[in-house]
Amino acid sequence: MAHAADIDHHDGHGADDKPPFFQRWFFSTNHKDIGTLYILFAIMAGIVGGALSGLIRWELMHPGIQIFSETGLLAEWGVFKGKHGYNAVVTAHALIMIFFMVMPAMIGGFGNWFVPIMIGAPDMAFPRMNNISFWLLVAAWILLCTSMFVDGGPGHGFGGGWTIYPPLSTSGHTGPAMDLAILSLHLAGASSILGAINFITTIFNMRAPGMTLHRMPLFAWSVLITAFLLLLSLPVLAGAITMLLTDRNFGTHFFDPAAGGDPVMFQHLFWFFGHPEVYILILPGFGIISHIVSTFSRKPVFGYLAMAYAMVAIGFVGFIVWAHHMYTVGMSINLRAYFVAATMIIAVPTGVKIFSWIATMWGGSISFKTPMLWAIGFIFLFTVGGVTGVVLSNAGIDYSLHDTYYVVAHFHYVLSLGAVFAIFAGFYYWFEKMWGVKYNEFLGATHFWIMFVGVNLVFFPQHFLGLDGMPRRYVDYPDAFAKWNYVSSVGYMITVLGVGVFMLVLLEAAIRRRKAEANPWGEGATTLEWTLSSPPPFHQFSEPPVIKADDHH
Amino acid sequence: MSETGSDRKPAVKAGDSAQGRRNKRVALICVAAFAGMIGAAYASVPLYKLFCQVTGFDGTVRRAEAAPTKVLDKSVVVRFDANIRDLPWTFTTEQVSQDIKLGASGLAFFKVTNNSDKPQTGRAIYNVVPEQAGAYFQKIECFCFSNQTIEPGQTIEFPVVYFVDPRFAEDPETKGKSEITLSYTFFRAVEGDDGGKQADATPRIVQPLGGTPSKGL
Repeated sequence: MAHAADIDHHDGHGADDKPPFFQRWFFSTNHKDIGTLYILFAIMAGIVGGALSGLIRWELMHPGIQIFSETGLLAEWGVFKGKHGYNAVVTAHALIMIFFMVMPAMIGGFGNWFVPIMIGAPDMAFPRMNNISFWLLVAAWILLCTSMFVDGGPGHGFGGGWTIYPPLSTSGHTGPAMDLAILSLHLAGASSILGAINFITTIFNMRAPGMTLHRMPLFAWSVLITAFLLLLSLPVLAGAITMLLTDRNFGTHFFDPAAGGDPVMFQHLFWFFGHPEVYILILPGFGIISHIVSTFSRKPVFGYLAMAYAMVAIGFVGFIVWAHHMYTVGMSINLRAYFVAATMIIAVPTGVKIFSWIATMWGGSISFKTPMLWAIGFIFLFTVGGVTGVVLSNAGIDYSLHDTYYVVAHFHYVLSLGAVFAIFAGFYYWFEKMWGVKYNEFLGATHFWIMFVGVNLVFFPQHFLGLDGMPRRYVDYPDAFAKWNYVSSVGYMITVLGVGVFMLVLLEAAIRRRKAEANPWGEGATTLEWTLSSPPPFHQFSEPPVIKADDHH
Repeated sequence: MSETGSDRKPAVKAGDSAQGRRNKRVALICVAAFAGMIGAAYASVPLYKLFCQVTGFDGTVRRAEAAPTKVLDKSVVVRFDANIRDLPWTFTTEQVSQDIKLGASGLAFFKVTNNSDKPQTGRAIYNVVPEQAGAYFQKIECFCFSNQTIEPGQTIEFPVVYFVDPRFAEDPETKGKSEITLSYTFFRAVEGDDGGKQADATPRIVQPLGGTPSKGL
């Protein structure tokens, strides 16, 4: 909470009267303060999730068992003991990164901060519900962390992967760890659904005069679509995990074949949520990148309406492709053909977006400031991940690559590299706006280049490992896979160095305290947040701004 | 948005203004969508089961009342597989495979022995591979239609009367296939689950209805 003091110093506005510290940060109803809380939470969770991935890369650096032995250091500490410990770490890494890092940063953090400002609203529609959303997430986090340290059945924690397929998550993990994880997902889901309802209501009802949907900035569009995906997909996850919970504890048999249940049905339900979920993780990133590319090319976004409706199309099609995650369960050829075709269609709206970003840059007066570096890095990495996604969408190829490191490389390129680069892009883009101080441009660019080299070194070799047949979720591997695993682990060390530079950026900015400008990016930055001071007054737009037709998006 | 004009608190109190009422309405629609999706998730359980049973999707074997009247000259090899899960039983198939003409009834036998000293109740769950054959592989009589209780040390031979629907030869997904594997797994029966008619030690039927041991196996 050290940032509370930071922000206080830089608000010189008479319209501000802030509540005292405890009320301001614990009973907060201010969308900017809640956004700040979400971002701090996401940074914290990102460090924990990143540390867990460090354990994974440490273990996989060489063949044989390094740290997940029965007697090693981790076992002595009583956490993550033995081979089950590795599985528990992989599971926790995935759940933390998805539910407690990317979603809070993008939707809770940037969404809360900038959606009301961008549409000219004074705050969210339901400010107190916004507060509940955040604190439910904290409760979910505590449950998930507790789950890692209690008995799971085979050992401490749940080790069945973030997909929590039964029977491994029912009869395979009899301990309370899985129950805690389920309850954690329930709370995180409730938090997200309340947030989604809040965003939908805010965007539909609280736009400033003249701010029609077709004049609304693309980031607000992206959050609106994300909110709809959350609202329609999360209840299905909630239903599925409630069935798991009752299967485990209350004698139902939804997924128990012995009583006529069907474990494959869990996979259908899970991926009906899971596939929209991966778009939930990336769509706000699309919005952020559109703003940054436009700002630093000093041009309006190319094909604004196509960009907005491409996101709508991605969101819609995202609901009807779920079974491409489960080609290997034995679907008929016709069903597989449908899911292959539907999946490939997603490449069309995604291609429209990539094309439009490039067309926005084309002929623009581009300045390669830190946010723009991250944005271009995002476009490149996301395209790489998209191409491997098209490869994997083919059921025939997927039969051979299912659950190999090729899949791991694919989804880390779109999420770990795509979504995380979009988050960093947004973080640097709005740094002055949020914190009221400037960051050091050189350190920011250094952070980008080190991370860019590091994450590519981590994940590109995993394509080779996957094509060679190395399966996911194993603590050990044959010597044949040693070389690229080593390279991948070296890449992780470089990435950690990058994260260290990120901490330096924060520290340097907090110590030097260069006063922020209202609009540091010049004429390219046209959305409403740049018309306010940095940081914005505690309550903005008491007089709603009026948006005219010729304003840029 | 007028009421936010000079108000310091940005919070729009739900219900006490036009804006609040509009917000409440959108939120209620969202809550209805949420409830609808929860309902859909639960409705998918019976719907999925129904769908599998009606279409034979994913290798779900269906129960038939009577054998078809038409018998084709084309035959397929039916293989049998018997598994046990969490039961102190021995469960074997008495034939590895059978050749059977499409449309003709086949008879296969399975032998179950309870090796424990207590009576045990089990339920056999079944499936066929290739999955697409599920729509055409039909059973008239099967021990898997109900729970089976076996006394300590008792051995029971169960007959299965089945046929492969002649339409197997017409479906583009199955017409090239020459083998069907029928797989059973005996699970411990779930308490409270009915269908539990006590199995009599069914005497072995002397005259098979059809199907001959597969040549070469």
